[in-house]
Amino acid sequence: MSLVQNAAGRWVPSDVNGRRAEPYRGVGKYVPEGRKAAPPIRSCASFPPNGNKVAPGLQEALRRAGLRDGTVISSHHHLRDGDELAAQVFALVAELGVRDVVWLPSAAFPCHGALIPHLESGILHHVEGSLNGPLGEYASRGKMRGMAVMRSHGGRYRAIQDGEVKIDIAVVAAPAADAFGNCSGVDGPSACGPLGFALADVQYAEHVIAVTDHLVPFPCVPWHIPGNLVDQVVVIDRLGDPSRIVSGTTEITRSPDRLLIAEYTARLVRDAGIMKPAFSFQAGAGGVSLAFTIFLRDFMREAGVRARFIRGGSTKYLVEMLESGLADYILDGQCFDLEGVRSLRRNPAHVPTSPFHSYNYHGKGNVASMLDCVVLGATEVDLEFNANVVTHSDGRLLHGIGGWQDALFSRCTILTVPSFRGRVPILRDRVTTLCGPGELIDAVVTERGVAINPRRHDLLAALKGSDLPLRSLADLKAEAESICGGAPAPAPVTERPIGVVTWVDGTVLDTIYGVEFPEAP
Amino acid sequence: MSSDVAFAGSRGPNIRDDCWVELKPGAGAIRIKSRVLALYGASIRRLAEEVMARLGVTGVDVVIDDSGALPFTLMARIETAVRRFCGAALPEVLPEIHPAACYAVSRHRRRRSRLYLPGNVPKFFINAGLYRPGAVILDLEDSVPEGEKDAARVLVRNALRAVDFYGAEKMVRINSLPLGLEDARALAPHGAHTFVIPKVESPDDVAAVDRVTRETGRQIHLVPLIESARGALHAASIAQATPSVVALGLGLEDYLKDIGAQRTAERNESLWVAGLIVNAARAAGIQPLASVYSAVDDLDGLARYAREARASGFEGIGCIHPRQVRAANAAFTPTVDEIEQARRIITEFEKAEAAGAGTVAVDGRMVDRPIVERAYRTLEQAQNT
Repeated sequence: MSLVQNAAGRWVPSDVNGRRAEPYRGVGKYVPEGRKAAPPIRSCASFPPNGNKVAPGLQEALRRAGLRDGTVISSHHHLRDGDELAAQVFALVAELGVRDVVWLPSAAFPCHGALIPHLESGILHHVEGSLNGPLGEYASRGKMRGMAVMRSHGGRYRAIQDGEVKIDIAVVAAPAADAFGNCSGVDGPSACGPLGFALADVQYAEHVIAVTDHLVPFPCVPWHIPGNLVDQVVVIDRLGDPSRIVSGTTEITRSPDRLLIAEYTARLVRDAGIMKPAFSFQAGAGGVSLAFTIFLRDFMREAGVRARFIRGGSTKYLVEMLESGLADYILDGQCFDLEGVRSLRRNPAHVPTSPFHSYNYHGKGNVASMLDCVVLGATEVDLEFNANVVTHSDGRLLHGIGGWQDALFSRCTILTVPSFRGRVPILRDRVTTLCGPGELIDAVVTERGVAINPRRHDLLAALKGSDLPLRSLADLKAEAESICGGAPAPAPVTERPIGVVTWVDGTVLDTIYGVEFPEAP
Repeated sequence: MSSDVAFAGSRGPNIRDDCWVELKPGAGAIRIKSRVLALYGASIRRLAEEVMARLGVTGVDVVIDDSGALPFTLMARIETAVRRFCGAALPEVLPEIHPAACYAVSRHRRRRSRLYLPGNVPKFFINAGLYRPGAVILDLEDSVPEGEKDAARVLVRNALRAVDFYGAEKMVRINSLPLGLEDARALAPHGAHTFVIPKVESPDDVAAVDRVTRETGRQIHLVPLIESARGALHAASIAQATPSVVALGLGLEDYLKDIGAQRTAERNESLWVAGLIVNAARAAGIQPLASVYSAVDDLDGLARYAREARASGFEGIGCIHPRQVRAANAAFTPTVDEIEQARRIITEFEKAEAAGAGTVAVDGRMVDRPIVERAYRTLEQAQNT
């Protein structure tokens, strides 16, 4: 495999899974041309006039969809860790004796560790998508055929649009659907919220199968996915485990360290003047992000500031802010709890969105770059504010990119990280894997202080007089290393690339290497 | 050799920032299992070899099962395991003193919040100072099981030297006497500012602790805790036992148990002893410190409790969770309105004095010398936070 050096100084393969790969050139430097990919022409003449597309079963539907060796099957991740459909699909693929199938999920979860036997038996060739937990670990150990290709949510949309990946069969888990194929995410036992992560798949796949455990008479509304894009509908007993699709209720962290980081972050947003009338922000449902939202909510209330919109993942806390008049809109990519689903179903100001609206790089702009601020995590940050979000310091691939790269384009990107985590310093001389260029990262908030990117003179000026503990990254790093007993040894990576991190524009930002854990020293 | 095998520390899926050390007779092998093996395995090995060499122990095999312990913890656990293994007198293996860990605290320093940290659980130490408590209390007493008293003493000693508590007063709650005297002797040389002495019933207890710390050549502040009916009887003389006493604390739960009362929301059962402690402390010119509030999730209740304590004359409360620190500090900090009023009282009174009057009306209330003095104290407290 030949490696070339990209604009970030990282050595990356020029060939990924048989496709030519463009090395990263810098933020905004690569602007591809040409025409988008397109699905095959379909005609009403081929479909029953009564609109009934229900197939006799999932296996038959897969067969009719043209399943064969090497087929690319996609799925969305709205069922999160409760997804049981992917396991059912690949069990049927195995029964049909088909091999070398590629799975293209919009994200994988720990539950998908159940697919590892199919990778080992050769039924699955490789997984191309954000690899979390056991699948990432499997790939890290060099066991997966093909390269792991890490794309952001926006990057996945882009790759489907420009034809970098071609989906043969999109299998869409639909918490509610009618016989025509209209799909809704907000009803039925597996209700999950919006279905935006399936949007690119249904628009561009060769063949679309909607699978539901809750068939309703036409029309199934709101039709998050219009039936006009769906070839077949399949009814099964159960899509997943509802308790792991959305949590009954989202709880705020009790960890004092996380609360401290969240509080510093909210104070940063307030003191830097980002929290002003009609502002916008995005924060997820992770421990720090959720706590940040609560602190910010209280500051907003105190100052009488109302946001124009908040970008979800929604939780009961965002819903409460919407309903109590602290925000005009929630633009929601996914619901994390039942209150989020309830609000999305009832409240027209709670708007379902897809990566097309939010993140897509081949769109004519997107929402991410219009956000006043976004709060994200990271596994490592270097002194130039470059960050890693997919591998740990020991080299193991354990996380997907999600919308992380796309969200870096907000006007103020804040990374919340502990300065060290279980004796592993998060601040490094060089990140193990580069996922986000430091020029897009404006602040790093740790429990021991807040570092502002020196490029952001405006933020630094706005924070004059704030009592936040402002410190340099080098200073924070030195303290963390002094606590941990020195800098850690380099990650025990092999010479062999097992995957790549692509940038939102499709160029290759960095290489992920296999790991080899040494015997006890 | 006093035993065939010895252990120290803790391990398990829920253990963080600690390690388990196991020793048995052998050829000197060191085996390491660690969550951070790839990144710190070599460093752990070097440290283990160094500690074993400094202890001068040979002919033992060491197994370390590490859950991310920091160096000061690794050192403490190995030392404890070896002490348990040998049972004989051994040198102490002291970590370097952290440059930021050396600071003095004045006896008059405010003690609005003091955060209790179980002395044998290292994960609570490292970030404790970040929450800005007036003091941290590394506890050797009630939070440490009988069988771990030796381990906690070594761990706390190392923490006093190696951990940066970011300016918090470093208190150690020693055990009640006589074990507490050994704690005091062992820890006085390592940077403790203050010993909290539990279950004090006589001024002699306080004098005894004062004596052993002075023998080490250190000047350590003392905070006796009144936690029994007998202790309450002698509160006044305990508060004045030695000039080293800087504050008098109330251990309410134990006290109420001792007198056969129950803690209620109305606090009628606590008022007498609270008044007693405040009075005894003020008479001795030291700070009265109120007890802890144990409902960790009830921050509103905590704030109410702290405000009432302040109104009763206490200078601070104990905290058992970092989340309580902010509310405690806030309750013992004058509010903007209080500061404003204090300034007005002082200004008006000075004007009146200049005009030859001894009293003046401010906001419709008569102000005389004692009220002015309280106003000065309010401003002093506001400055000193």
